Amino acid sequence: FPGLADVSISQDIPVEGEITVPVGSHSPDEDYSTLDEPVKDTIMRDLKAVGKKFIHVMYPRKSSALLRDWDLWGPLVLCVSLALMLQGGSADSKDDGGPQFAEVFVIIWFGAVVITLNSKLLGGTISFFQSLCVLGYCVMPLTVAMLVCRLVLLAGVGTVSFIIRLIVVGAMFGWSTLASTAFLADSQPPNRKALVVYPIFLFYFVISWMILTFTPQ
Amino acid sequence: GGGAAGPGPAGADTVSAPAQGGGSAVIDMENMDDTSGSSFEDMGEMHQRMKEEEEEEAEGEAGAGEEEDGEFLGMKGLRGQLGRQVADQMWQVGKRQASRAFSLYANIDILRPYFDVEPVQVRARLLESMIPVKMINFPQKIAGELYGPLMLVFTLVAILLHGMKTSDTIIREGTLMGTAIGTCFGYWLGVSSFMYFLAYLCNAQITMVQMLSLLGYGLFGHCITLFVTYNIHFHSLFYIFWLVVGGLSTLRMVAVLVSRTVGHTQRLILCGTLAALHMLFLLYLHFAYHKVVEGILDTLEGPNMPPFQRVARDIPVVSNAVLNTTSKAIALTL
Repeated sequence: FPGLADVSISQDIPVEGEITVPVGSHSPDEDYSTLDEPVKDTIMRDLKAVGKKFIHVMYPRKSSALLRDWDLWGPLVLCVSLALMLQGGSADSKDDGGPQFAEVFVIIWFGAVVITLNSKLLGGTISFFQSLCVLGYCVMPLTVAMLVCRLVLLAGVGTVSFIIRLIVVGAMFGWSTLASTAFLADSQPPNRKALVVYPIFLFYFVISWMILTFTPQ
Repeated sequence: GGGAAGPGPAGADTVSAPAQGGGSAVIDMENMDDTSGSSFEDMGEMHQRMKEEEEEEAEGEAGAGEEEDGEFLGMKGLRGQLGRQVADQMWQVGKRQASRAFSLYANIDILRPYFDVEPVQVRARLLESMIPVKMINFPQKIAGELYGPLMLVFTLVAILLHGMKTSDTIIREGTLMGTAIGTCFGYWLGVSSFMYFLAYLCNAQITMVQMLSLLGYGLFGHCITLFVTYNIHFHSLFYIFWLVVGGLSTLRMVAVLVSRTVGHTQRLILCGTLAALHMLFLLYLHFAYHKVVEGILDTLEGPNMPPFQRVARDIPVVSNAVLNTTSKAIALTL
């Protein structure tokens, strides 16, 4: 272009700017960053979150960490291990091995859903999955009780073992109920706490009773 | 304007080394004249860019903003951005439609008013359900509440599970839990619907929710009876509980229904049906899932009798016959 040959930039008006390709948005980059990390990191991060929640259940304090980052890994693991341990505890173990597992699974998940719906209908501020998360994690003491019961039953089936199992299961049941109440009842209006606590009590009572009446064949 | 790939860096160079002249395009923005177009690009690229901007405006997308931010990806980049915008819009519309449908049909707020109770009220209603009212000429108030009945049904399920386990009931098709839930919920919902239909036929003043509530609270008597008699296996005790506790809760429900119905025949139909169903349900729950059933069948067939079954022998002959036929029928169905 011959006409532009003599165009020049004067010194006192600097032309400045950035000649870079602007990034559209940052979120695709973030996804890429967690996709690129090694699988071990992802698993360890999730395991740490699950472990932290287990500790929260063991020492129930009012903390929002359990509620904020809900996940259902812990409840799934607990539910499956409890259902596996409760299997084969009836007369015809050949027939009832299957339904036993399905029963425990259905009781836990169906019961948790019902309690969540109930607390929401009563005017609760907690979300559906947060409530499921809390109820599932609070099954942990009962899973521990099941382990202890199985060990005690290895020693023998008698009155003494029954009393030990009763005490252990009773204590764990109380712990479960208290732990879940500490998280869930706070989201209710103060005069309705009893209405929310009763279904939780019934839920853990049914699970505890299934654990207590378990006799291996 | 944007920086093109080629002349851009060249432009930066010319800032630091002005007045090179010759082959490089040295630009003075101030002296630039509108008709000459952007001097950071050569004419060919500028022309293409204008064509693409037209295309963009024709589509009506907001991607032009990004384009003007200084990125020139060429035709492919533009189409990619357009595609992204279109996909984004479709996603938004779809999400809006789905959430609207969801909030319309899966709205649990429809049920919220029926759960608006205080613990004191629930306790009062539980106790009232065992007290028959005397005033049947004046329509009695029924609270349309679903929390109490729902909790009672679940408690009944739990008690039933206990009864089935201790009686070693073996369910071949299905699970214990399924049977318990099916029985209790089936009774509550099915009998309520049936009674509501009968009430509609007999011109009784009662709504569905009230019927559900009434029948649900009537299950309180069942819960008490079964809780006691599944643990203390005395037959005569069960009959006493059946008559007294079951009878009281039936009388209460019947009185409330009578107060809301006009006409003798209609009252008779409604109350007879409700009383029969309520009492028979308790009878069924006790005998279907109780150890005594198997015990009696064994007594009929075998000479050896463990001490426990001797208790069953104390019942009078008439009810024994009833018991036998009932238990045989139930055993056949099970």
